[in-house]
Amino acid sequence: MKNFTGKVLFLDKSDINTDEIIPAKYLTEITKKALKPYLLEDLVLDGFNAENDIKGKSVIITRDNFGCGSSREHAPWALEMNGFNLVIASGFARIFRQNMFNCGMMAVQLEEKIIDRIFNNCAGKETLVQTDLDSKIFAISTDDFSEEISFNISNFDFALVKAGGWVAYADQKY
Amino acid sequence: MKSKKRTIAEKIFDFHHIDTPSENIRVISLDAVFCHEITTPVAIADLETRGMDKVFDTSKIKVVIDHVSPAKDSKTAMQGKILREWVRKHKIQDFFDIGRNGVCHAIFPEKGFVRPGFAIIMGDSHTCTHGAFGAFAAGVGTTDLEVGILKGVCAFKKPESISVKITGALHEGVYAKDVILALIGKIGVNGATDRVIEFSGQVVDNMTMDQRMTLCNMAVEAGATSGICAPDRVTVDYLWKFIKDQYSNREEALKEFRRFAPDKGADYTDIINFDVSSLEPQVTFGYKPDQVKPVSEMGDVKIDQVYIGSCTNGRLEDLKIAASIIKGRKISDSVRAIVSPATPEIFSKSIENGIIKDFMDSGFCVTNPTCGACLGMSNGVLAHGEVCASTTNRNFNGRMGKGGMIHLMSPATAAASALTGKITNSKYYSAT
Ligand code: SF4
Repeated sequence: MKNFTGKVLFLDKSDINTDEIIPAKYLTEITKKALKPYLLEDLVLDGFNAENDIKGKSVIITRDNFGCGSSREHAPWALEMNGFNLVIASGFARIFRQNMFNCGMMAVQLEEKIIDRIFNNCAGKETLVQTDLDSKIFAISTDDFSEEISFNISNFDFALVKAGGWVAYADQKY
Repeated sequence: MKSKKRTIAEKIFDFHHIDTPSENIRVISLDAVFCHEITTPVAIADLETRGMDKVFDTSKIKVVIDHVSPAKDSKTAMQGKILREWVRKHKIQDFFDIGRNGVCHAIFPEKGFVRPGFAIIMGDSHTCTHGAFGAFAAGVGTTDLEVGILKGVCAFKKPESISVKITGALHEGVYAKDVILALIGKIGVNGATDRVIEFSGQVVDNMTMDQRMTLCNMAVEAGATSGICAPDRVTVDYLWKFIKDQYSNREEALKEFRRFAPDKGADYTDIINFDVSSLEPQVTFGYKPDQVKPVSEMGDVKIDQVYIGSCTNGRLEDLKIAASIIKGRKISDSVRAIVSPATPEIFSKSIENGIIKDFMDSGFCVTNPTCGACLGMSNGVLAHGEVCASTTNRNFNGRMGKGGMIHLMSPATAAASALTGKITNSKYYSAT
């Protein structure tokens, strides 16, 4: 099973699409590893610099409809290759969300007001998310703030994460 | 017993139900798994690594090389090579390589591979196009594709549908593309996330299959899992040449297909009534497909390139409409224009009926069938700061080339824009 604990990269924008996560021109790569340098290369966001800001982080917290656009699984892979196994957002595009769990990664939706609160309290500061998968709780903390937030994923999503993805799960069952 | 009134998607899901691994999740069997060279090679590589390089049914896997064709460099050549070798190894029957290939969502329906009631997946977000036939067709990622190839199943959320009733009558010069752009503008890029858009109403009833495919093609741009139109006489007529041996007459086929028509009183999460009587030609103005306004409100927007093609609007009807506008006229000196018929059959018919000559005489570059510029990989990539009037479906930042701006529009608007070098309403250029 993957690791879901780490420092947070905040992306304060809704509708971040798959082209922004990994531009289409890299779809010709046939290995996941080759995608590593290009994560979020085309994302235009005030003060965001992919090269500096991604380093050392392993959780993304963002707004609504993250991962909209194409079906490319290159988006979760580019995240995975950079050590991001967990994205927390107020909403996800369907295919992206499914791709994450299919890879044994997590895309967890929290209510918009909770996401707002996290942004207000933590964005701009060094923030850590610790995940307790079995109790379904995120512990979110900065120097001067901490909060425990429970989250919900379906039994199926949970089973996919435990199995390490959909191929392993389906191979056992169908 | 079965008294629950069901939507089209619910009927298809019930018909294909295999498992309920979690309350809201359904695992369904698949009638077809479509594959192209961008997303399939990674799936193949992963299956090989896992020691699971098998296919569930060689007759239900349909394969095309379409995105970058001919290959433009060693990497795209390698993607084609991997796909070819895999097809040969597994003796997959339906494979469309260069010369016989076309854009996936145009060629697979044209070959009769999509039928009412089918459940289909592909590693491509615009797979929703095939819902035009009353099928549940959804784009999936590589892992779903792998499991589809291996086991012929896929997991989805229990389907919820939005009913979109399109009523009124379309003005001349207003097309399916304008309808879907306006709808996306109305409900937003997230307006149908995780849901199926079920299209109905007299405007849809009057649409040809080409037009219904344009409509369903862009359902995903509003976040929808699939667009769907109920199968009707138009569907039967389109499919007749493929199914005529299975049914004694068209009525019989229609009756069977109507099993997948929605029940009156089925449950929808939302019902949207959309009267298109006053709809004008639409165009996008930003980097999201819901940033839409009427062409008449665009003002002077100069363009550098016109692109007519893609799985949205590269079909015969689209080309005919565009050709009727540019025929006998020259494109603006300030513009370069590209047309890519979506399949060899469309290309060939366009040669027979003279459309290709019309395009060439007016100054268009005619390319072979391929996705090409639509995804910014070949055949018309934009330079930084350039603007494209495009009949494709996605205007994301960088989609057709880094720093380029894409305005989505109908083939008629694109053709008129080619003549003036600015985004232009086609009504000023009625057919000669
Ligand atoms: S034409 Fe464009 S949108 Fe359609 S399948 Fe090809 S790349 Fe995708």
